[in-house]
Amino acid sequence: MFILILFVCSNWDVIMDADTLQEGEEQPMRNCAPPSDSEAPVGILAPSLPLLRNHTTPEPTGRHDFVSVDEDQISSLDPSGDTKVELHSDAGPSSKLDSEETDSPSCQRSVSTPPSGREDVPTDPDQSDSGEFVVTMLAKAKLEEQGIGVKGRSSPLIEAGIQEASALASHRDEDVTADSWRQHRKHVFVLSEAGKPIYSRYGSEEALSSTMGVMMALVSFVQSGDNIIRSVYTEEHTVVFLQKGPLVLVCVSSSCQSEQQLRGELLYVYYQIISMLTQASISRIFEHKKNYDLRRLLAGSEKILDGLLNLVDSDPSFLLAAVHCLPLVSSLRDSLSQILQKAITPNLVFSILIAKNQLLTIVQEKTVIEDVRLEPADVHLLLNLIGASSAFQAGEIWTPICLPLFNPDCYFYAYISYLDPPECTVCLLLLSTDKEAFYAVAECKRKIEEAMTAQNSLSLIAKAQSYSVSQVGVSDLRHFMYKPFDVPDNYRQLTQFTSPEMEAPYCSDEEKMRLLDLYRYMHSRIHSTSRPLKLIYHVAEKETLLAWVTSKFELYTCFNPLVTKACAITAITKLLRWIKKEEDRLFIRYPPKYSTTPNPSKSSKSSKSEQQDSADNGLSLL
Amino acid sequence: MALRELKVCLLGDTGVGKTSIVWRFVEDSFDPNINPTIGASFMTKTVQYQNELHKFLIWDTAGQERFRALAPMYYRGSAAAVIVYDITKEDSFQTLKNWVKELRQHGPPNIVVAIAGNKCDLSDAREVSEKDAKDYAESIHAIFVETSAKNAININEVFTEISKRIPVVDAAGGSSAKSIKLGRQVSESRKTCC
Repeated sequence: MFILILFVCSNWDVIMDADTLQEGEEQPMRNCAPPSDSEAPVGILAPSLPLLRNHTTPEPTGRHDFVSVDEDQISSLDPSGDTKVELHSDAGPSSKLDSEETDSPSCQRSVSTPPSGREDVPTDPDQSDSGEFVVTMLAKAKLEEQGIGVKGRSSPLIEAGIQEASALASHRDEDVTADSWRQHRKHVFVLSEAGKPIYSRYGSEEALSSTMGVMMALVSFVQSGDNIIRSVYTEEHTVVFLQKGPLVLVCVSSSCQSEQQLRGELLYVYYQIISMLTQASISRIFEHKKNYDLRRLLAGSEKILDGLLNLVDSDPSFLLAAVHCLPLVSSLRDSLSQILQKAITPNLVFSILIAKNQLLTIVQEKTVIEDVRLEPADVHLLLNLIGASSAFQAGEIWTPICLPLFNPDCYFYAYISYLDPPECTVCLLLLSTDKEAFYAVAECKRKIEEAMTAQNSLSLIAKAQSYSVSQVGVSDLRHFMYKPFDVPDNYRQLTQFTSPEMEAPYCSDEEKMRLLDLYRYMHSRIHSTSRPLKLIYHVAEKETLLAWVTSKFELYTCFNPLVTKACAITAITKLLRWIKKEEDRLFIRYPPKYSTTPNPSKSSKSSKSEQQDSADNGLSLL
Repeated sequence: MALRELKVCLLGDTGVGKTSIVWRFVEDSFDPNINPTIGASFMTKTVQYQNELHKFLIWDTAGQERFRALAPMYYRGSAAAVIVYDITKEDSFQTLKNWVKELRQHGPPNIVVAIAGNKCDLSDAREVSEKDAKDYAESIHAIFVETSAKNAININEVFTEISKRIPVVDAAGGSSAKSIKLGRQVSESRKTCC
């Protein structure tokens, strides 16, 4: 009997829960994620081979890329993958000149950190084969190698899956055995603890059910040793695992993003699922029935997850865990806020105005804002929901929605309506805790519409647009992202960032992505768990980047390649001065509040319990 | 001319064409690539019926299972329900029967039920025979039409039939109170249901 063992190749590493990692991990996630669920204590890798056998029973194939190892070999492995993570995450965007400066004494990194990928290429063909095995099994998910369908013998399950998928649109019917499928930059899979497929970014879930079974086998194998699998590094791919309640999320990425960043993205996927179903109902469902097919409840929502993953790849808001609002003359923004502030009804808690998929203004119920603030991630999920579906463009929508970071177990009821049909660029979103409040909330929309017509707001909003970096007046500066932290005068407000349009040479999608990749690389260095940096000066092939984090802000800048360090520093001083001058236009500064709680003595705790009620009687999913 | 507001909800399996029917009725347009409805979508259209104006308050509900539990919110207080199935999908006809059962048990007692067999332009792929559906509709005293939102067949007729079947307003205004004072009715029923 062959046993799948993964811990023997030299050119890839399985990273487990080591203390150092766990501590560090939360740092970059600070702004977008609550502490992760309690994770199993660090333990020595004590594999239970019989358990693994239960989960994967590959047939003897005679291929030597199945490696069998006895227990001694495994337990002798050092589970602390700390240094290995560092080594591999450094294989970031390769640069010919990579110099950096840091004012952080804790950083003793040598100036040149060569991308290490090349040096790890194994010379031993056997090792290379076994490494290749993992790549094919996980990253490339080759079906034949799972013991279910050995080459030449296709499983009926797989065929059925493919046929079914062909009825669906676009990339759902991708052939999962094709090379083009494997070459996708980033795969995301969601499965249940029973190994049932829930979502795949590319290809149909049915066709991938055995692949997902293998993923689950890996998870439970490591779990059986009181440990948690966090990631697998191969030459070309990073495989990141995230376990949240009864769901397992897996990302297979060939991008150069860090493990922390990829895990953050998986967390967004998880939150988007929660926003549709709530954490409580998901737990309840799987408590009742371990092998429940969650796709029944997510049917029709794949587009929302697809949209989220595309947005995560193309919009730096997710990376920065901050919201990008549309620049607007502060007097106009204030008048819009006041319009929202006046159109209220009992149990209304958030009034949000969106234009061109960016935030215009957001007004909150008083008692709500005192206790909690709206988290950027919740806003991202709302923006994605609205952007991902054209279903909102007709009529007025009334739908339950959960804001996972606000409260993962309860629903709000969202009223969504575009104010400028048929163009559909300005969208109004009103959140109530009362599921019966549609007519009252729709009345608020009428008031808002009337007031906006009276003030000619729509045509003024239509003129609003993002700005050009040339307005800053710094010649070598090509692009930047600036995220201020909580400072006294915007304490407890939505975390925001500002960034100009991407202009030449970042016009094509490829170039935009390349710049974002560079930013992601800088971000991963700044937020590195083992050696966080405060300042990086990075000379890349076609541009020079400077990232700087202080107690007040986080800043990423991109300059012409020939800029000097002195020039860049001067430019940043000028840029910061410009942002200070323009901040009333670039950010939502003083969002007003309103009070809609009928009884002023009610705190938001009681309004939360109302939500609990409405969630209970509103959507009991079983 | 008297104006009556009639709350109508559309129910049925996902993908049978509820939204398309509403779009055809309200905007007289058709989009083959619409996205699944999220939650429910509210639209209105006023049409003349004899010497009255009927303002249809249409709740186009999402057919996906996760929104199923929300349906009572939309059919409660409805004057009529249009239950839609896809003539090319036997399953959707079974779902329709479940909806009829649910309306019988929990819906308003005098609700007018209309059954719409949509996608009748695809009769080559038909799985539900017109006769079976018609017999079933008669057995439950429902309006029955085969429709095509794509080719605008019988869409307006569904709503005209509903207008016909809605009880005439008597002098006391008993039934008009029912259909107009939506807000009050909603809050009343809330006490009992929630």
